This record gives sequence, structure tokens and C-alpha cells, in this order.
Amino acid sequence: MATLTQPDEKYIELYGPTPNFTPAGGWKIGDPDKLVKTHCCFCGVQCGIQLKVKDNKVVGFEPWEEFPVNQGKLCPKGVMRYMQNDHPDRLIAPLVRTKDGFQTAGWHEVMRKTVKAIQDVQKKHGKDAFAFLGGASMTNEKAYLNGKFARIALQTANIDYNGRLCMVSAGAANRMAFGVDRAANPWSDIPLAKVIILAGTNLAECFPILTDYIWRARDAGAKIIVIDPRITPIGRTADLYLPVRPGRDSALANGILHVMIERGWTDEKFIAEHTHDFDQVRELVKKYTPEYTEKITGVPAKSIVAAAELWGPAESSILLHARGIEHHTKGTENVLTYINLVLATGRIGKVGSGYGTITGQGNGQGGREHGQRNNQLPGGRDINKPEHREFIAKFWGIPEPELPKQGLTACEIIDAIERGEIKGLLSISFNPLVSIPDSERTRKALEKLEFFACIDPFLSETARYADVVLAGSLQEEDEGTVTTGEGRCVRLRNSVTPPGNARVDWKIICELADRLGKGKFFNYKNAGEIFTELTQASKGGAIDYSGMTYEKIENNMGVFWPCPSPDHPGTPRLFEGGKFHHADGRAKFHAYEYRPPAEDVDADYPLFYTTGRVVSQYLSGTQTRRIGALVKQYPEPLCEIHPLLAAKLGIKDRDIVKVTSRRGEIIVPAQVVKTIRPDTVFIPYHWPGKKAANLLTNRALDPISKIPEFKVCSCRVEKVADAPAKPTAQPFPQQIR
Amino acid sequence: MIATATENEFFLDPSRCIGCQACVQACGECGTHRGVSMIHLEYVHRPTGVQTAPVVCMHCEDPTCAKVCPADAIKQDDNGVVLSAAKSRCVACSNCVLACPFGVPKMKAEIDLMMKCDMCYDRTSVGKKPMCATVCPSGALYYGPRDYIEKHRREAAVNEFQFGRQTVRTKVNMMTSPELTALPFDVLDFLPWEDKDFDPFALARVRDGAPDAANSAVWDEPALSQRCSGNCTCH
Repeated sequence: MATLTQPDEKYIELYGPTPNFTPAGGWKIGDPDKLVKTHCCFCGVQCGIQLKVKDNKVVGFEPWEEFPVNQGKLCPKGVMRYMQNDHPDRLIAPLVRTKDGFQTAGWHEVMRKTVKAIQDVQKKHGKDAFAFLGGASMTNEKAYLNGKFARIALQTANIDYNGRLCMVSAGAANRMAFGVDRAANPWSDIPLAKVIILAGTNLAECFPILTDYIWRARDAGAKIIVIDPRITPIGRTADLYLPVRPGRDSALANGILHVMIERGWTDEKFIAEHTHDFDQVRELVKKYTPEYTEKITGVPAKSIVAAAELWGPAESSILLHARGIEHHTKGTENVLTYINLVLATGRIGKVGSGYGTITGQGNGQGGREHGQRNNQLPGGRDINKPEHREFIAKFWGIPEPELPKQGLTACEIIDAIERGEIKGLLSISFNPLVSIPDSERTRKALEKLEFFACIDPFLSETARYADVVLAGSLQEEDEGTVTTGEGRCVRLRNSVTPPGNARVDWKIICELADRLGKGKFFNYKNAGEIFTELTQASKGGAIDYSGMTYEKIENNMGVFWPCPSPDHPGTPRLFEGGKFHHADGRAKFHAYEYRPPAEDVDADYPLFYTTGRVVSQYLSGTQTRRIGALVKQYPEPLCEIHPLLAAKLGIKDRDIVKVTSRRGEIIVPAQVVKTIRPDTVFIPYHWPGKKAANLLTNRALDPISKIPEFKVCSCRVEKVADAPAKPTAQPFPQQIR
Repeated sequence: MIATATENEFFLDPSRCIGCQACVQACGECGTHRGVSMIHLEYVHRPTGVQTAPVVCMHCEDPTCAKVCPADAIKQDDNGVVLSAAKSRCVACSNCVLACPFGVPKMKAEIDLMMKCDMCYDRTSVGKKPMCATVCPSGALYYGPRDYIEKHRREAAVNEFQFGRQTVRTKVNMMTSPELTALPFDVLDFLPWEDKDFDPFALARVRDGAPDAANSAVWDEPALSQRCSGNCTCH
């Protein structure tokens, strides 16, 4: 039983999160020894940045204006990212669980303990009773290695990653519609578009650098349509804002397409020559009149018509979406209905015209490509396809029958742990206690594990439950590649070595493999050798990196896949000439009737509850809740509530409110703002414990992609106390550090 | 002192601001600032919207802050950059804080010194952009040639402001709707948002600095029916 042996305060005292306000060596350290050109570790834009290094510590940053994507621009996370290095909370040695917390241990001891536990669990309960959870903030090299380690060393089917919580519904939809999962266009196409739809993307807070791309389009006369239940900073200046009711996205897209068809704004030639199945869609959307769609979506009929009038006849256009339409039990369906809007116009695969999902995690794109998913092998291959299995088994040098079959996805793994079917877990770069819906069930599951090991640079809230914590590495302590949200593979350089007795992640995994008797498959001298193997494993696959080398990536400031041969320049724009990646070269329309979310409002829980991010925090906050300046910027979660609703509930700004769902409750200050639908409340999700927005969310899964429904469930809100005399939280406190 | 079209100038466009605070955080990271940011960023009025305004020093040609300083602590350099109060002279009286028409200077109470944006002297003097304008992800802060702005932006750059009878010309340009040549400000136009009468003693009680005026987009606020009170010389 892996229950906590100490109160939370004790773990916080020893392992943080401690907000760090001072760089290594203080503010007067003088000139750095070197400037390392690398990338920010937060979000899928992967801004270029130069880290200042002195005495093997990252002491500051300097903008890298030559890197073409961000040209020196950064968001506050990027500016302050260096403060995670030389951090007081940093794990500098492995830890083992004791009856009163943790004690540090040597590598031999923790390795021996971990390997013995893996073997014991698997002997007693079968290979698949030991699961592996990876992450999409890690390099391509590690994503590849995780998959190979689980299949060859652990021989478990149950490997998945936290990208399952991110954009897998978009990935599934992209494969269904286009035959490949990647943004169709480089971001440099955005400023060339004349109409842009931003559906469910709080772009200015989650991918701040892309704001400039949107506004360069606007400078050139583009019209911007924003679809969101909240007026986010990018929504503020939209030409057309559609305040969609949570959980109604597919109906809205069907409604817009209805008007486009009625007015003749479809490209029938493109549809006939390059797509399948439009007739079903044409038939389906007949009933989605603006009035019918208004009833479902809460978006005025005239705004639906206005959206069609802008989008339909546009000369060029880009449609971008993110978690807002993806985090649903019909996430895949939502994305496919929006893709219909793109395919119907034929405006894809062209300069300034196309489509993309904006991937959220640092390596959200690359992390989902190289085989750390439950159903995927390197090169984007399918673990269920005999010829794909054969190729990879041969490449790895194992008999095909030994290659495990498809296993469970991330949330299903947590469910299986809760049911007692999975007994052991190794996780890296994943904090499910904060990031998976229905946190209390996640906690109960963790408590049931017979053995739990974590590889992490910091002790996350989840890692407190571990039996063994293997002190791993931060992004700047390793090297490798990541693939950005536009499909550009970029190079990360190591700035420093891991402190103390901590180790680079991939070396930890390789040693575990060796001790599990599979060392000959994991014999790498450096990350570069893993990359070379990864590129060769991808050869001929849907996701082909085989023409890439570190040198080529560096010389070109990144290379877009597919890049199938050494002389291939890479592919910034997909689908040129209407050539899609299905076997017959055509794209597919999908006709999906709107269906309601898994949990809708009712008399007991009359309000919509939705979650998201703030600009100063990244994901579960394992890194960013330790950076003082970012903590001060938005110290604790606030519940956004419209004044109209607030007045009905007797709530004033900064009053303390309790938000309750069928799964839990959270007590936070109210932020009374007109920027949210009056039937919806919003709480950002970066905090743990009693401040975890995911105490309330619904772990209902999309049947296709198994993404959970973070973006809609039902709740009720009540006031529990007056606002404190002095506000407890100001989003922008005085900046004196 | 008028810059040529290809010389680098500072352009401020609050309508582009996304409130991310990258500028504020980055300011503190500039070599000589040692973790202390010299600029600030405020919501214009969070209850009604997400519009924010970054507040950097406008570097007035004839700076009011310097004129009201009883200790003659605020100096301009040869390039017209208005500097933070000289440590040896500043008496921490806050006259500058109250007098600045743009709400720029802040009193650092813990060190009894007025500190403000000096347009990153240590960077601009060696040909780099100021830190805030380098990192700003949305183009709200831009440092570069006027050529670029005129070619790419729809808004027009203005550097003349009318505060009642006082005309203020600044080194920093404010981006405004194209038909405006000078920006008329009446502070009163910014005040009735809280649905209560203006309390002239509020400042004395909170000492939080003057209201920030640096935002053209607030004219969109429905409560503000007029672009100008009509009491100024712009009419």
C-alpha cells in the first residue's frame, strides 16, 4: 500500500514546490562562460532561446533573435524558464520510500530494488500487470526509448503517455481525415491567410508567440473568428466572436457548413477530385439551420451566418484549434466536423491556406510519433498491423510474437490500477494526480500500487506516492530533438550536466533495461545514437525522419517531417496539390451528428464547468510552480464567473466560493468577469490537492481516442465566505522580486 | 532629435497587448536590473474585459517628472532618455509618481528610490533592442525602424498627447487609429468604470500611482461615449 506517510506540508518543506526568485550564483554573477542556443521547454512552439551558463549552472538567458519561429520573442514562462535550474527542490540523488517519508539512496540500491519489484510483479501477476507511463515534454529520443523499453525490457502491452490528456483526439481525427497526424501548414502560412478560425484555443495564453502570427495576418487585412466560451486575450480583438456553449462544438461546425452549402461556398471540383464521403455530410448538415444550431450551441443564428459569410468565400484561410474542441468525449468528432469546413472549401495544402491543431506540450508532436503510445510503434506505425509489427520486430532484432500487443491508454491504466489489475508502475515526466480528471480516484489508484517508481528531476505530487524515485534530468541537462507544433524537428543542446548524483533520463532507462537482461538492445553511447536509430526505425513509416541528422537539423534551424532521404529538404507544407496520405491519395469527410457531453447540466448541477490554462503556468505545474516570478503572476486558481450569474448567487468579486461536481469540490476565490458565458464557470488546472481543478472534472473518455472530457461537466457554485479584507490573489501583483 | 525612418524607435501598441507579462519579467532580467522590473502592466478593467496595458516610460521631450522634482534628481541623457532618479539626490517624495501624465514611475519604498524604465540603456547603447521589446510575443512593444511600422501596421504612430492644456511630446510612439494625429486624454474619461463617483482622495489613501492612461483601446468601452471631453486644445 503506497499511502503517504507524511502530511503534505512535510513533503512541501523538503521537496517543494519552493518558489525560486534568484538565479544560480545570485544577480551579480558577471559574464557567463557560454551562451547555449537551445529551446524553451514549455509548450509546442519551442521558442529558440540562448541559455547563459556559468560554472555548469544556467544563470540567465539571452533572446535568440536568429531563430526564425520566434525571433527572440518569449512568453513569461520562457523568460523565467532558466530559474528551474539550480533549484533548491532539485532531486540530486535517488530516493527510496521509508516509513517516514523518503531517504536518499545509491543508484545500485534503487536499481536493484526497482528491477526486483518489476520481476516480482510480473512473475506473480503477468507481464502486463506492470505499466509504463511516459510524457510529451521529453525529447523524441526518449519517446522512442520509452516505447522500446516497455516492449522489449518490460515486455508489457501497457505503455502510454500524458499526450493522451492533450490532443490525441485531434491526432485520431487527422489520421482519419488526412491519413497523417501533423499540422498541415508551417506557421509561416498564418500571416498569409485572409480568414482565420481559432476554435477552442486560448492562443495568446497557451502559445503566446503565435499571437504575432495571427496579428500579422490581421495587419494584412485578415478577419479573425474566435470560438470559445470565454473572451480570451486573442478573442478580445476578434472580428467575430462565437461564444459557444461548452460541449456543443460539433453542432456549431455543422451549422456553419450548412450555410456554406446553402450559399454555394463549397469547392465542388476539389471535393470530387480529392475527397470521399461529402454526400453524407451534405445530407447530415441539412437540418443544422442557423436557428437549429443556435438552440444547441447558444451562439446567435446571425453569428453563425456571419461566420459562414467570412469563411465560405475567403480567398485564403487557416483553421486552427486546440484543447477547447479536443477535450471531449466526442473530441475526435468535433475535430472531424471542423476539418469538414476546411475540406469543403478545398483551401488546404496551399500557401496561406490550410489547417492545424496547435499542440500543447513541449514535444506534443514528437512525443506522439515514435512509439510511446499504447497502439503505436516507431515511425507512426500501427501495433495492430502485421506488416508494421514485422518491420519493427525485425529492426529491433526480436521475434514478432514477443512484441506485445495493443495495451491500455493512460486513463485506462489508472482505471486498471484502481481495479487492481495493474500492480506496478514506472512513470517518467507525468503527474497524473494533478493532470488526470477525477483526482480523488487517481489518488486511490496510486495507493493501490504494489510498486511505483518515478523518474523525475523534481518530486511531483504524484511522485510522493512512489516507492523509488530515480533522480532524472531537466531539459537543459540532456540533448536531443523535439518536434514542434508545426512539425519542425529542432535540436536541443545540453547546457549543463545533471547536478549531484542525478542522471540523464535515457541512461537511467538503459541501465534498467540492462539489469532486466536486455542490455544488448539498449547499448547507446549518447543521445545521438538513439536519434540515428529512431530515424532508421521511422524509414518508410507514415512519420519518416530517415533523412534527418543532428547536423542537418541545426544547419536548417529545424527540419519538417516527412524527410525520407538525406537529400530531402523536409516538408513544411503537407497535402500540396490535394494529395493526402490515405492509400488512394484522397481525404475523407466524416458526418457526425451532434451528441451531448457525457455529463450535461441538470437541476442538481445546473452550471457548466470548464478548465484550462493561464499564461504563467505549464501543465501540472511540476516545473512552473517552483519559479517564483511565475507563481507571483497568478498565485492560485480563481473561479471565473459572469456578474449576471454572480449576482443571482450573491457572489461578489474575490468572495470565496465552493464549486461542486458529482466527483468533488474545490474552494477558491471568485473572479467576477464579463468575459465568460453566464452559464459556465472556469478554473485553471495547474494546482494540486485541494486546489486541483481536476477534483471536479469527468473521466469519461472519447471512444475513439480515449481523451477525457476536461472541457465540460456540470457543477454548482455557492458562496462560502466574504472576500478577505485584502484580496488573497491578484493576477498581476506589483512586480518587485 | 527626430529619428529618421530607418533609425530604431520604440512603438507601443496596447491594443496588441495580451497581458502575458513577458515584458515585465524580462525587464528584471536585463543585465543591470538584477531581478527588479522597471515597467509594469495592468488590466484596464478586468471585470469588463481582458484588455491590458504595458506601461513603459514614454520618455517625454520635456519630462513633467523632472520638472516637479524638488531635488533635481531626474535627468535626461543626450539621446533624450529620461533616467531613473539619481540615488544620491532622490528624496523619495513621490512628486514624480503623482505628476507623470502616463502613470509610469513607481516608488520603490523599500529602497526609497524612484525607479523607472531607462529604455534599456545597457542594451540599446550596444545596438541591441530593449529587453521588453525583444521578447514581447504580440508586438505590443516594438523597437525598430519607423519604415517597418508604416509598411506593416494599420495603426498610426503618434507621439503627441494632450492632457488638458498641457501638450506632451514623447520619444516613445503610441499606435493609434490612423485618423488621429494627437491623442487627447482627459483623465476623467477613465474614471467612471466602477459605477461610482470619482474620489479625488483615493490616490492619497492608496498611494498606488496615478491611473494608467496608456491605452487607446479603452475608447471602445461603451460607457465612454466620447473620444474627448471637449475641454482640451485638440478641439
